[in-house]
Amino acid sequence: MRFELTPRTNVNSAMRIAASIAAFITSFLIAGFVIWLMGRSPIAAFDVYVLQPLADPWSLQELVVKATPMALIAIGLSYCFRANLWNIGAEGQYVIGAVLGSWIALRTHGTEAGAWVLPLMLLLGILGGAFYGLIPAFLKTRFGVNEILTSLMLVYVAQLTLDYLVRGPWRDPKGFNFPQSVTFDPAATLPPVFEAGRVHYGAVFALVAILVTAVVLGRTLFGYRLKLTGDAPRAARFAGFSSKATTMAVFAISGGLAGLAGISEVSGQIGQLQPSISPGYGFTAITVAFLGRLNPIGILVASLVVALTFIGGESAQILLKLPLDLTQAFQGILLMCVLAADALVSYRVRLVNRGGGK
Amino acid sequence: MNADVSSSGPPLVELKGISKRYGDLLANDGIGLSIEPGEIHALLGENGAGKSTLVKILYGVIEPSAGEIRWEGRPVSIGSPVEARALGLGMVFQHFSLFDELTVAENIAVALSGDWSLSTVRAKLGEISRTYGLALDADRAVWTLSAGERQRIEIVRCLLQKPRLLILDEPTSVLTPQEAEHLFGTLERLSAEGCSILYISHKLEEVRRLCRRATILRAGRVVATIDPRASSAREIAALMVGNEVGEVRTDAPQRIQGEMLRVANLSLPPAGLHGQALRNIDLVARAGEVVGIAGVAGNGQSELFAALSGERLADRADAIVIAGKPSGTLGIDARRRLGAAFVPEERLGHAAAPTHRLSENTLISHAASEVSRSGFILLNAAKRVARSIVQGFDVRTPEGDPQARKLSGGNLQKFVIGREIIRRPKLLIVDQPTWGVDAGAARLIRQALVDLARDGSAVVVVSQDLDELFEVADRMAVIHQGSLSPLRPIGEWTREAVGLEMLGVAQAPGATHAV
Repeated sequence: MRFELTPRTNVNSAMRIAASIAAFITSFLIAGFVIWLMGRSPIAAFDVYVLQPLADPWSLQELVVKATPMALIAIGLSYCFRANLWNIGAEGQYVIGAVLGSWIALRTHGTEAGAWVLPLMLLLGILGGAFYGLIPAFLKTRFGVNEILTSLMLVYVAQLTLDYLVRGPWRDPKGFNFPQSVTFDPAATLPPVFEAGRVHYGAVFALVAILVTAVVLGRTLFGYRLKLTGDAPRAARFAGFSSKATTMAVFAISGGLAGLAGISEVSGQIGQLQPSISPGYGFTAITVAFLGRLNPIGILVASLVVALTFIGGESAQILLKLPLDLTQAFQGILLMCVLAADALVSYRVRLVNRGGGK
Repeated sequence: MNADVSSSGPPLVELKGISKRYGDLLANDGIGLSIEPGEIHALLGENGAGKSTLVKILYGVIEPSAGEIRWEGRPVSIGSPVEARALGLGMVFQHFSLFDELTVAENIAVALSGDWSLSTVRAKLGEISRTYGLALDADRAVWTLSAGERQRIEIVRCLLQKPRLLILDEPTSVLTPQEAEHLFGTLERLSAEGCSILYISHKLEEVRRLCRRATILRAGRVVATIDPRASSAREIAALMVGNEVGEVRTDAPQRIQGEMLRVANLSLPPAGLHGQALRNIDLVARAGEVVGIAGVAGNGQSELFAALSGERLADRADAIVIAGKPSGTLGIDARRRLGAAFVPEERLGHAAAPTHRLSENTLISHAASEVSRSGFILLNAAKRVARSIVQGFDVRTPEGDPQARKLSGGNLQKFVIGREIIRRPKLLIVDQPTWGVDAGAARLIRQALVDLARDGSAVVVVSQDLDELFEVADRMAVIHQGSLSPLRPIGEWTREAVGLEMLGVAQAPGATHAV
């Protein structure tokens, strides 16, 4: 006995949307079952996870704040993934972007430096992330080193570098020995979009990145180049697209956007450097990119959905005493369901008898 | 196994009403076929006629939707190739399934069931080699062997299991004329010993040479069972295709003009472990002519194509001159801008992206032209170009702008050739233009290549199909182990001379292509 997948011939977009909705419902059912097994009410959990955050204005802002770095990183990763290149190290690029941008903030701390500080921080954040992303790209194109391994390992290098800096040279001398930098000056702080709101300009950057990417991927030769490189690498070479240049470009773009996410988060949300500046946004963004089917609008939606699970998870921990790990488990369940739904809508599954007519 | 080899009883194998349905497509439709012991039976048909499906059913690879198989009069069900082999069927596939790194004996041993040791294989191999004239060195690694030798491994592998019925799928497609003749001798010997042979081909001449009965398939049905020696090639072709296949017209006035391509002393090391090096290639193609490059597969054709197209760069710019400009170190896009166009051997994955629509596929070679402006894709222009290719080259599509993989091989080939011709290139380089393409599409493609040359372009056709080259080429050279013979007018070539060049033993007067 074995399963056989035969491609379905006519799949329309309505079927794909229906499949995504079915995937969401299924993942909620599975998660509800797990919560029931843990002796809690699935209904109450649904209320805490989904309904309450959506009903509360403060939570809604928080939702956008959490979604911002994930959307920025995921939209960058979609360039890589479309070209079948596997940048798993966005978390590191995010950290290096934050570190390099913060360097300006710390150098100008307490001075009268003016309006040029923030743009320079953002620029260095982008450049830092791009540079850090180019390391695995260079190793791959020059020496043929697998980019999955190098980009992932560089995450730890970046995290330990940050750790060293905030415990050593960049520690706030008046910070009671806590491992953290000074709090950024107002000139080095990314302002909120609305007066007294929580949503900072990173959200605007994310929206712009999503719109630009939608145009680039859908309408430009560069976008087609990525698609062709991912779908048929020999045809891409035949088209005259150098695979080395493509690799360098997409790693620079995704690294740059991850770096922008990092500096935006530090300067707009945290306000200082500390040993941990991300609850794993760089890794969760991989989930977000695939939940969004590598489609810019899909990524926008997916980043909000995943942000919801983060916020819901925090309140569930407080109100229902559910472990925070459940949030990660749910993100995994959701991704599996979406991918399974996609496979089931594209292929017909048949159980066949291996022996034949016996 | 029973031993009644030459009985006058029931046929060895008999197929009755075999049908196979894939969705809406009836690949086999009520096929009946019988093979007598010791008979060499031909299965003729175009690509897509259902030959492979039928053979895979017989060999237990796929299950028929309906129908019956009788083996010596008894109904049998063949659920897998293992069962087929147990029954006494052996099959030599068109594409070899050999491990390049292993030796001949090891390759044979791994394919046989457990109770064969390497030393028994070696002993048996020697015995069979001698009996059937299948010379093979048991300890050579497969990657050092020619296609003909590799095929011998597959045949010996079958013969070791003493088959009652040997199935060969397009066995001569990779052989030189001399190697093919050698194979025929082996097959006749097997047949004389009582082994039946099912010989699948679309080459009429060899079927007439070898077989007394031929079953002709068209669109999944048996259209006739004939004696191929009693019918003319033209009649058989008409049965296969369903209507008269016209010949390519090459009588349009020809004006040879300036050189569009000059290759001078081009050498390239092999690209990979098993690649073929190119050695001192000299080649000239002038506007107005078709230059043919013959050769057995794997003698450097794909390497030559990659070097000419710019997918691999030469070390000197003047090794390749396109339209007067030294281009050896230019990439494929720059060469296209000089007026060159290219069609690689592989349709899916190289010439076209399988999951992309035809309009998107135009971008692959038209990136520099009307389908884009300052980095943006002009989707409507791309659709227009795709539509005019579809109309101009009779590409049959299931829908308006389908994915490339939804086209049949012949139609996709018409599309990728049309995509280049529609750019009016000054130089067109095509690798295997009609490989695996049905006769109707092949004729259209050959005519288009000839017409392009007659309109004043230079066309270089790399092909394994000698008939094709004799039909379209004005001048021809033969590639063998990465060296190219001198170009000579097509009228000066005979099949024998080509065959000798393919084997690398030619002593052409004045030829100076020392290895």
